[in-house]
Amino acid sequence: MKKHDHKEPLFRISKSGYVPLQKAWAIRMVALLLALIVSALIIFSIVKLNPIKVYGTMFQGAFGTNKRMWVTIRDTMMLLCIGLGLAPAFKMRFWNIGAEGQVLVGGIASAACMIYLRDKVSSTAVLPIMFVCSMLAGAVWGFIPGFFKAKYGTNETLFTLMMNYIAIQLTSYFVALWENPYGSNTVGVINSRSKFGWFPPIFGQMYVLNVIIVLVLVVTIYVYLNYSKQGFEIAVVGDSENTARYCGIDVKRVIIRTMVISGAICGIAGFLAVAGAGHTISVSTAGGRGFTTIIVAWMAKFNSFVMVLFSALLVFLEKGAMEIASRYQLSDYVSSMVTGIILFFILGSEFFINFKVTLRKRFSKEVSQ
Amino acid sequence: MGKEPYLETNVTIRMVDITKRFAEVVANKNINLEIRSGEILALLGENGSGKTTLMNMLSGIYMQDSGSIYVKGEHVTIRDPRDAFDLHIGMIHQHFKLVEVLTAAENIVLGLNETRLVDLKNVREQVAKICDRYGFVVEPDKKVYDMSVSEKQTLEIVKVLYRGADILILDEPTAVLTPQETDKLFVVMRNMKADGKSIVIITHKLHEVMEISDRVAVLRKGEYIGDVPTSETDPQKLTDMMVGRAVTLNIDRPEPVDPKESLVVKNLTVKDINGVTKLDNVSFTAYTGEILGIAGISGCGQKELLEAVAGLHKLEKGSSIMFYPRGDRDQGEDLAGQTPIDIKHKGVHLAFVPEDRLGMGLVGNMNIPDNLMLKCYDQGRSPFTNRKKPREQAIQIIRDLEVVTPGLRTPVRRLSGGNVQKILVGREIASDPYLLMTAYAVRGLDINTSYTIYRLLNDQKKKGTAVIYVGEDLDVLLELCDRILVLCSGRVSGIVDGKTARKEEVGLLMTSFKEETA
Ligand SMILES: Nc1ncnc2c1ncn2[C@@H]1O[C@H](COP(=O)(O)OP(=O)(O)OP(=O)(O)O)[C@@H](O)[C@H]1O
Ligand SMILES: [Mg+2]
Repeated sequence: MKKHDHKEPLFRISKSGYVPLQKAWAIRMVALLLALIVSALIIFSIVKLNPIKVYGTMFQGAFGTNKRMWVTIRDTMMLLCIGLGLAPAFKMRFWNIGAEGQVLVGGIASAACMIYLRDKVSSTAVLPIMFVCSMLAGAVWGFIPGFFKAKYGTNETLFTLMMNYIAIQLTSYFVALWENPYGSNTVGVINSRSKFGWFPPIFGQMYVLNVIIVLVLVVTIYVYLNYSKQGFEIAVVGDSENTARYCGIDVKRVIIRTMVISGAICGIAGFLAVAGAGHTISVSTAGGRGFTTIIVAWMAKFNSFVMVLFSALLVFLEKGAMEIASRYQLSDYVSSMVTGIILFFILGSEFFINFKVTLRKRFSKEVSQ
Repeated sequence: MGKEPYLETNVTIRMVDITKRFAEVVANKNINLEIRSGEILALLGENGSGKTTLMNMLSGIYMQDSGSIYVKGEHVTIRDPRDAFDLHIGMIHQHFKLVEVLTAAENIVLGLNETRLVDLKNVREQVAKICDRYGFVVEPDKKVYDMSVSEKQTLEIVKVLYRGADILILDEPTAVLTPQETDKLFVVMRNMKADGKSIVIITHKLHEVMEISDRVAVLRKGEYIGDVPTSETDPQKLTDMMVGRAVTLNIDRPEPVDPKESLVVKNLTVKDINGVTKLDNVSFTAYTGEILGIAGISGCGQKELLEAVAGLHKLEKGSSIMFYPRGDRDQGEDLAGQTPIDIKHKGVHLAFVPEDRLGMGLVGNMNIPDNLMLKCYDQGRSPFTNRKKPREQAIQIIRDLEVVTPGLRTPVRRLSGGNVQKILVGREIASDPYLLMTAYAVRGLDINTSYTIYRLLNDQKKKGTAVIYVGEDLDVLLELCDRILVLCSGRVSGIVDGKTARKEEVGLLMTSFKEETA
C-alpha cells in the first residue's frame, strides 16, 4: 500500500443547514465592515489619503446634494427595473442576457411615441401609450428567443446576445432617422421645449414617477414569483422539465410566456430611461446595465426586495467612485479597486452564509498516537 | 502516523467513534465498525439510518465530525475521493456518478490523475481484461446516456476495479438489477472475496443479505446496533434488530370486490425517438379493485407502458387506451393521443409513481409542501397558489408514513431515498385516484417501509381503485398481485393468475421471446 501521510486539512467546508435571518445579516454586515477596513488600508498605502475622508467623498458623490441623491435614486430604479425583468427568466434557468436589447427597443418605442404623437394626443395621454408601446416592444424582443427555444431548442444565451446586436443596429438606424440638430449624429433632447412625453414632476421632484413605477413592479414581481400559479410553474420548469411535463405543465408555453414577461419589464426600463431620465435615445441608453443587473438578480436570489438593496449598493459604488476619481484627480483604477473590494466581500459573505467552515482540531490526533 | 493500539491482522478498516451531523440531523452517532479482509459485510438499516453517510466517509465524500478511521492499522484522514483511491477504497454509489455525454472508456479514465495523454486504446484493453476475469459486459465506446441502469452500474464497478480498489463498497447495487443480474453480481462478488478483497454491501433485501454476506452490521437511527454472523441469524431477527421492535412479514391479498373493466389497452405500440419499437401491440385490461402486476426483465417496456398511459409518449396508429373511471362504462375516455395536460383537464384521476423519482416525480430543490402541490397547484380559479392545503397534507403524510425529515422546509433532495419515495407515493395516493400506476414503488425502500407501501396499495385496491404495480421482485409480485402481466421485449408474453402461478413459470415467460428470436 502506498504510504498514506495525509494530514487532516487545516479547515473543512460543509454546507450549513438553515441559517437564521439575523445571523445571515450579521455576517453581511461584518463583511461590509471588513471591506471598508481593507479598502481603507489600500487607499492609505497607495494614494496616502485619509480613508475616512475618501469614504465621505464617496457618500457626497452619491448623496451630497439633493440633485445627486435623486440621480442616485433614479439610476437605482433603472437597474432594479431591469433586474426585476431578468428574475423570472433566470428563475426558469433561461439565460436571458438580452436585457440590453430589450431595454433599447423599449426606449425606441418610447422615443417614437414622443416624436410621432406630438400635437396628436394630450401630454397626459401619451405617457400610458408610451408605457404600453415600450412594454410591447420589449415583449416582442423577449418572445423571439423564447419561441425559438421552446419550438426548436435553440441556445438562448447566444440567441439573446444576438438580439442585443440587432437592437443596437436598430437604434443606430433610428438615431440617424431622428437626428437633431442635423449633422450632430444624435437625437438630442426630445421635445425639450414642450416637455411632451416627459415624466411630470411630482412634489417638485423629477423622478418620483420612476420610483412609483418600479416599486409597484417590485411588489408585483415578488408576489408573482412566490405566490402565483405561474410563478410556481416557472420554478418547476427551471428545476426539471421532465417533472414539469409529468405533472401536466405546458413547458413550451411557460418558456414563451415567461420570456414575454421578462422582455416586457425590460421594455418598461427602456421607457423609464427615455421618458423618465434621458429624454433621448442613443445606443448607450442601456449603458451595459443589462449585464450589470445579472449580478443584481443572482446576488438577490431573485428576491425583489433584496434586489432593491443590491441595485442601490451598485449605483452608490459607481457614483462614489466617480466622485473620488474626479475630486482627488485619481485615475479610475483606484476607485474601481475600492468598488471591486467591496463587491468581493459582499459576494464572499454569501459563501460564509451558505457554508460552514470548521477549523482543524489541533490536538485530538496527536494524542491518539 | 498513529498505529492502532489494538491491531488485529485481518481487520482492513476500523472506524472508531464516528459521528457525523448535517446541520440539525445526527446521521451517524458514535459508530464503531470494522471491515475484515476477505469477507462480505452487509450493512443493514432502515431508510435514513445513516448507512450511505457512514460509507461516504470512507469514500471521501464527507469527513467525520469526530472519530477516527484506521486502514490496515494506520490512522488515516480521507479528505476526498482521491485519498480513498490511494487507500484502495472504491464505492459504487446509490445514485450513479457518471458523465452522461461521455463513453464508458472516457468515464473510466475521468478523474484519474494522469498527466500524460490518456491512451484510450490501452484503457479498452485493460477494461476488457477486467471484464473477462469477472464476467462483466461493457461496451467501451457506448455513451452513458444510451445505457440502461444495469449497464451503468456495471460500468461503475469496472471503473472502481480499474482503479485498483480492493475494498469495495456497494450502496444498494441490487436495487436496480433483475434477479438474473443480481445473481451475476453475486458471482463476481464471491470471486473478489476469494481474492482477499473486502466488500461492503448495502441492501434492503434480506434474502440477498442471507445469500451473499458473511456478517451483518445493523444501524438504527444513526446508531450502531450490533453485528452478527449471517449463519446465526434469519430475516425475522434482522428485521426486528433494524426496526427495534417485532414486525410481521407477510403481505395481504384481499379478494377483489366486484371487479369492473377500468383500463382497456388495445394494440398499444410505442417507438422511441430513434424509431426503435419499445412496445409492440400490447393489449390488456386492468380491473377496479384489483392489483395487476407487471413483470419483466429491465428495459422490456414496463416504463414505456406506464408513461404511455400517462400521456408522456407518442403512440403509433391503432393504439387505444380506454379508461372507465371506477368502471363506469358511460364515462369512457380514450386516453390515446392525449397529453398529461389534457388528461389532467379532463379530470381523469390518474396517479403515477414513476421510476425516476427526483427526475420526474418530484422537484429536488423544492420542499415537501411545494412538491405535494405539483399535481394540484392549478386547481381553482384564483391566479394564486393555495399553500395552506399542501402544508396540512405534508404534515399528514409525514405523520402517516413516518417520513424522517428535519422539517417541512427541507428540499426533498436532501432526504434519504426511502423518505423521498414516501413523499411521492403519499402524494399520488392522496389525489384519490381511480387508476394508480407504480413503477418500482419499493425500490431502495427498507423492509418496514416496503410493507407500508404494500399496505397502502391494498388500501387503494379495497377502495375500488385499479392498481398497476410494476415490480422486479417476483416473490413480492406473486404474493401481492391478483394477476401478473409478463412483458418480454415489448410484447405481452403471458398473463397469469397471481395466486396459482409459480415463480419458474413467470421467469420463463420473462425470457420467452428472447429465446425464440435467438
Ligand atoms: N447532504 C445531506 N444534507 C442533509 N442531510 C443529509 C444529507 N445526507 C444525508 N442526510 C440525512 O442524514 C440521514 C441519514 O441519511 P443516509 O442517506 O445516510 O441514510 P441511508 O441509511 O443511506 O438511507 P437509505 O436506505 O434511504 O438510502 C437522513 O436523515 C438524511 O436526511
Ligand atoms: Mg442510502
